[in-house]
Amino acid sequence: MTLLSIQDLRVAFRMGKVNGVLQRAEAVKGVSFDIAENTTVALVGESGSGKSVTAMSVLNLLPDNAERSGKILWQGKDLVHTPLAELQHLRGKEIACVFQDPMQSLNPVFTVGAQLCEPLIKHLKMSRRAALERAEQCLVEVGMPEPRRRLAAYPHELSGGQQQRVMIAMALACEPKLLIADEPTTALDATIQRQILELIAEIQRKHRMSVLFISHDLGVVGEIADQVLVMRHGILREQGPVERIFADPQDAYTQALLACRPALDKNPARLTVIDDHIAGRQAQQAPKPKDPHAPVVLEVKALNKSFWIKHGLFGRREFKAVQNVNFQLRKGHTLGVVGESGSGKTTMGLSLLRLHEANTGPMSGEAIFGGKNLLTLTDRERQPMRRRIQVVFQNPYASLNPRFTIGQTLLEPMDIHGIGADTTEREGRARTLLGKVGLDDKAFGKYPHEFSGGQRQRIAIARALTLNPEVLVLDEAVSALDVSVQAQVLNLLKDLQDELGLAYIFISHDLAVVRFISDEVLVMKEGIVVEQASAEQILAAPREAYTQRLLAAIPRGYRPMPAATP
Amino acid sequence: MTAVINAPLAATVERSEGVWHAAWRRFKMDRIGLTSAVIVVAFLLLIVFAATGLVAKNWQEEVGVANAPPTFVGPRPPEAIGVIEVPKGPNVDLSAIDPLAPRYKEWDERAAKFKTEEVIKAETLPMGGDRFGRDVLSKAIKGTQVSVFVGVMAALVATLIGTLLGALSGFFGGKVGDFLEWLYNVFEAIPGILLIFAFAAVFGRGIGTVVLILGLTGWSGLYRQVRSEFIKHRSREYVRSAEAIGASVWSRMFTHILPNVSHVVLVRMSILVVGFIKAEVILSYLGLGVGVDDVSWGTMLAEAQSELILGHWWQLVAATVFMAVFVTAFSLMTDALRDALDPKLRGLE
Repeated sequence: MTLLSIQDLRVAFRMGKVNGVLQRAEAVKGVSFDIAENTTVALVGESGSGKSVTAMSVLNLLPDNAERSGKILWQGKDLVHTPLAELQHLRGKEIACVFQDPMQSLNPVFTVGAQLCEPLIKHLKMSRRAALERAEQCLVEVGMPEPRRRLAAYPHELSGGQQQRVMIAMALACEPKLLIADEPTTALDATIQRQILELIAEIQRKHRMSVLFISHDLGVVGEIADQVLVMRHGILREQGPVERIFADPQDAYTQALLACRPALDKNPARLTVIDDHIAGRQAQQAPKPKDPHAPVVLEVKALNKSFWIKHGLFGRREFKAVQNVNFQLRKGHTLGVVGESGSGKTTMGLSLLRLHEANTGPMSGEAIFGGKNLLTLTDRERQPMRRRIQVVFQNPYASLNPRFTIGQTLLEPMDIHGIGADTTEREGRARTLLGKVGLDDKAFGKYPHEFSGGQRQRIAIARALTLNPEVLVLDEAVSALDVSVQAQVLNLLKDLQDELGLAYIFISHDLAVVRFISDEVLVMKEGIVVEQASAEQILAAPREAYTQRLLAAIPRGYRPMPAATP
Repeated sequence: MTAVINAPLAATVERSEGVWHAAWRRFKMDRIGLTSAVIVVAFLLLIVFAATGLVAKNWQEEVGVANAPPTFVGPRPPEAIGVIEVPKGPNVDLSAIDPLAPRYKEWDERAAKFKTEEVIKAETLPMGGDRFGRDVLSKAIKGTQVSVFVGVMAALVATLIGTLLGALSGFFGGKVGDFLEWLYNVFEAIPGILLIFAFAAVFGRGIGTVVLILGLTGWSGLYRQVRSEFIKHRSREYVRSAEAIGASVWSRMFTHILPNVSHVVLVRMSILVVGFIKAEVILSYLGLGVGVDDVSWGTMLAEAQSELILGHWWQLVAATVFMAVFVTAFSLMTDALRDALDPKLRGLE
């Protein structure tokens, strides 16, 4: 039976008036699909495709300036024209939601128990005692260790994965018929993502409910969904059962999405990007061999970094974030650093750049770069070194100054370091670099907010390149990007490396991406390097249990069940 | 800094709409905000005219009769009481007993050599007169100049102090932050009016003093806000990126972070202007404000207190109307400005 039926849904946002005419931005342009009982439907698309807006319009959890039209039938009842009071009865009870960021979805001032009990007391009219018991059951169900004790815990006392479990427990508390999960694993590490995916699949089977699972990653979706919907630019491009979508995708866009994710079983020199695929171009397959005897640009020996943690009134405790890291980085090579959040991989990268404030904690070891130890340089000596080692950060929305035009952003480093004889020459150089990272000349006078995430990351790369660095630290530089955009940026990084002989330190939690770009891989856990080997070795024969776990956590897309064949 | 970067680009590149342009575009759509801005600009023009002596130059001249009523009320009727009845009968000749009688004629002759002119004082004035017969309208205009000048200058001083200290405290934290927090706490611990009295007692009266007093006591709120913004921004990735390319501490603080928090400063400053105008009025009313030979809305209100008992309400009304119109318009303009500078509110109108 059909649980939810969406027919020709259109959602537009009012964007204020220009010359007295109301401006509308249409996010969803006529989408129709059905969700049957006891199925998992996945809604896939890049950011800006309208997938979240579609899902949120079911319960009208949209901003005030949104306008919906079309039909949303919940068991035959039209939800578009249902008054808010009635919708509130549905929210949480019949249709529950789990959001992307559990840290922001939980109220920090209430205990987990209080937040779990709220829907029970409100919707099921339970007594407090009964609600607490039910809450505990829910926590058991989502696999929370020590559920009774966790009821009295505050959200900040839980890890990201545990918080997401609490969110799911909250959603399940009233036994809804439909669970809307909006990118529930995107903010989590790969290993935690795996656990949460398994949990959602298990709960779906057990309660025989339906799940609307929203994700930008077809790999994740393939593992969990029965039906797949692919959206782009507010239009549904393709829908069908998961087997067919993976085995025989009809739409060029779906095919491209499937092709652009770095895979573990084959390692091309370049990833296929959406536009290439749609245009019918194939990515070249022959990787350019690297010189194993290239000169060593950076040698790190016994690097340690600690942070002071306040302890008691005046005391402080040393927290060892990075312990005894050793590696050599050769010109034109890439060192991949993998680990879960909190493993010290970012701290390691930032220590090399000395971007930690001095009073945060002691640092020891050696990082020999151009004959000098980076870790003991004075401020004056550090300035020329900054030219030679540069960084690109994770969040493309935060790493560019919103009040600077792209031109200003690119000229600033050259002004500081006196690169280029005069402004005209610098400007020319900045424009060349913009071309090199694949942006057109008009970008020069624009502001960061006019660009998409992938474009901003290209700008951030261009800014790092203005200084002609030898080493580039890429701190989760593609983690915040959609799979399709990620492929473009990864290709760009490879091209730049081939052309300019850059050495990369590539920090990421995604082994598939690290494997694609790296020559050597460091696997870090709790500040310690647990495994260090070439990318092929790590993949083919991981020695440590932790590495194996990281490998197993990579989403592999849809795989037909071997036992299912009669 | 920005100017240096911009100059050579202007010729070759079409620049996209900047943050300030976009804000101005949104501001223009806000009718109330725009009307308020027009009123504020009109006041500012009035102040410029008053400062250059084009209007209200002779506000100290006693042009009307004492407590002349406003024109629209009409002249005061001649006073009925105190008119003594003229006695009937012939005049008494006192020359026999008046020792000065022989000299009257001589004095009259000498007086006739000098020109005397009877100044005819106006019975009514456009907005009435004060107890010396000074024009209340001129006083109000001159008072506007002083009051607004004090408000704006004091707000500038307070903003400068608050922004600088807040930026230092927020950006560096640690010992610098601790010291500035201590300073802030000392200022906050003393009741505001007491602090103002203390400063006033040390510096004496005068416009400059009022500006200094209000500026030195009013920075603390802005300081906290700027500090929190700097703490928030200093660990943002764009600031870190700037550090990675080797931008100096000052460049990170003032060319990177400050423009991104400037809307907070701007809005806070305009709130301060309104507050300081009111504070100046209170100070002058208490006799701690501008000097005796100056006029401000505050001194006018202080004078109005005694006049009101005699039924002379016009000075009170004039000062109140001027102040109310300006302060309301300025507040509404600030409000519209805040909306225009906050792109998150877009589309919700």
